[in-house]
Amino acid sequence: MNLVEAKNIWKIYGDSIILENLNFTMEDGEFCTLVGPSGCGKTTFLRMLLGIEQPTKGKLYFEGKDYPKEPSDERGIVFQRYSTLSHLNVIDNVIIGLEFETSKFFGKLFGNEKKKAHEKAEEILKAVGLQDAREKYPHELSGGMKQRLSIAQSLVKKPKLLLLDEPFGALDPGISLDMHELLLDIHSKLNFGVVMVTHDISEAFKLGTRVLVFDKVKVDEKYPNRYGSTIVNDIDSSSKRGTRTSL
Amino acid sequence: MKRLINQVPSKTTNLFLGLLPFLLIAIVYISSSNARLAENPNDKLLPSIEKCIDSMSTLAFEKSKRSGEYVLLNDTLSSLKRLAMGVGISALFALLVGIAIGIIPYVTSTLSPLIWFFSLVPTMALLPILFIVFGLGEVSKVVLIILGVAPIMTREIYQRVKEIPSEQIIKVQTLGASTWQIITRVITPQILPRLIDAIRLTLGTAWIFLISAEAIAATEGLGYRIFLVRRYLAMDVILPYVIWITLLAFLIDFILRIFNQRLFPWFGKE
Repeated sequence: MNLVEAKNIWKIYGDSIILENLNFTMEDGEFCTLVGPSGCGKTTFLRMLLGIEQPTKGKLYFEGKDYPKEPSDERGIVFQRYSTLSHLNVIDNVIIGLEFETSKFFGKLFGNEKKKAHEKAEEILKAVGLQDAREKYPHELSGGMKQRLSIAQSLVKKPKLLLLDEPFGALDPGISLDMHELLLDIHSKLNFGVVMVTHDISEAFKLGTRVLVFDKVKVDEKYPNRYGSTIVNDIDSSSKRGTRTSL
Repeated sequence: MKRLINQVPSKTTNLFLGLLPFLLIAIVYISSSNARLAENPNDKLLPSIEKCIDSMSTLAFEKSKRSGEYVLLNDTLSSLKRLAMGVGISALFALLVGIAIGIIPYVTSTLSPLIWFFSLVPTMALLPILFIVFGLGEVSKVVLIILGVAPIMTREIYQRVKEIPSEQIIKVQTLGASTWQIITRVITPQILPRLIDAIRLTLGTAWIFLISAEAIAATEGLGYRIFLVRRYLAMDVILPYVIWITLLAFLIDFILRIFNQRLFPWFGKE
């Protein structure tokens, strides 16, 4: 069964066509990177996968069923910014996902349950390299550490699909490289699907098992919004994975 | 020579410059007061500092012959009680309603026009209605403060809720949070320091309503006192009372600011 399946998807706002006739399928464990010029609808597509936008026309399925119309804990997200909770320290930012699940009313765990949640969170913090920052608040973390924390928050929920919206776009190049290692490492251990929007093509080839290129097929010079984008190229990049290609 | 906008005073100069206007006012006051008193020792308009201190210590440290109470203490406590009740209830209302209209679209549609309407009503115009409905007692004074302050505070909280990045709200949904959990674990804790700020912002307005209500109908209170002694042109009481009210306002603001810094170390940082 496909994790995600999109059939003839269109997205139209008023008289602007953003996406047209988009077809796409992906399976568990695939790492799809979306590239293309800015304004080509790759973020719109990601927002559909998140569940906060719905296609105007066409069919979208998650695990063979109708796509959920709001975000849920099956699909994690890491945005470029603002994904961490500024009023909680690192460890509380991670266990909050577990607290939401177990403590419906208070949203907070106490005693033995809290201890167990802490152990789980510690493990994940170690995996993302934040074990020494557990008591810090997000404003005390660097940009890269904030993104590590945001990844940790999602990992604790064991999502089936992890969505990344230009997660390293605001980081220094050296830090991005560290984050690539981290992401490849986590992805090889846990077999979940990833869809990542990026504008860095070498990053797309380095991380993805598939690189999907978004662009318009037809261009109208006078009315740029007359035609929408679609996936114009679907490149298998699993063989080159982990190596840095120079373009 | 550096541009004027780039010339920054040193720490001592800064302190001196800050105190200078106060000093000048004091000098102008004392010299004019002295001049008037030299002409007419019974002049009431600009009483000497000694006279003010004298009158105030009677009100502060001697029991009133009529009621057997310390007048200044009694006035201060009853005014602060009204202020605390008015502002406290407003803050609670603003927190509950502001968050609800900020995050639940159906509540936004239902309540936000109403709150907007109420925040435009000139509150003082409602005072006669309050006196008719609630009588001349404590309730109408507290309600006046609430009507004057709660809509502004609610709009402020609503704005602050809207400012929480949508990314954060989406993120916690992907961590499995329900609406209730988003309100209690994500929105409310982040809004609390902003609520304290909203209280600081509206306290000035709350004082206006308090003193107005006390001036019209009360038997004790800071506003009542200054309007009472106005009949005798008792500037030696009015001036120190005004300074005392200002000092109280400053102290409350200062305490709330410290409270915010201590309790929410993450606030205002990103």
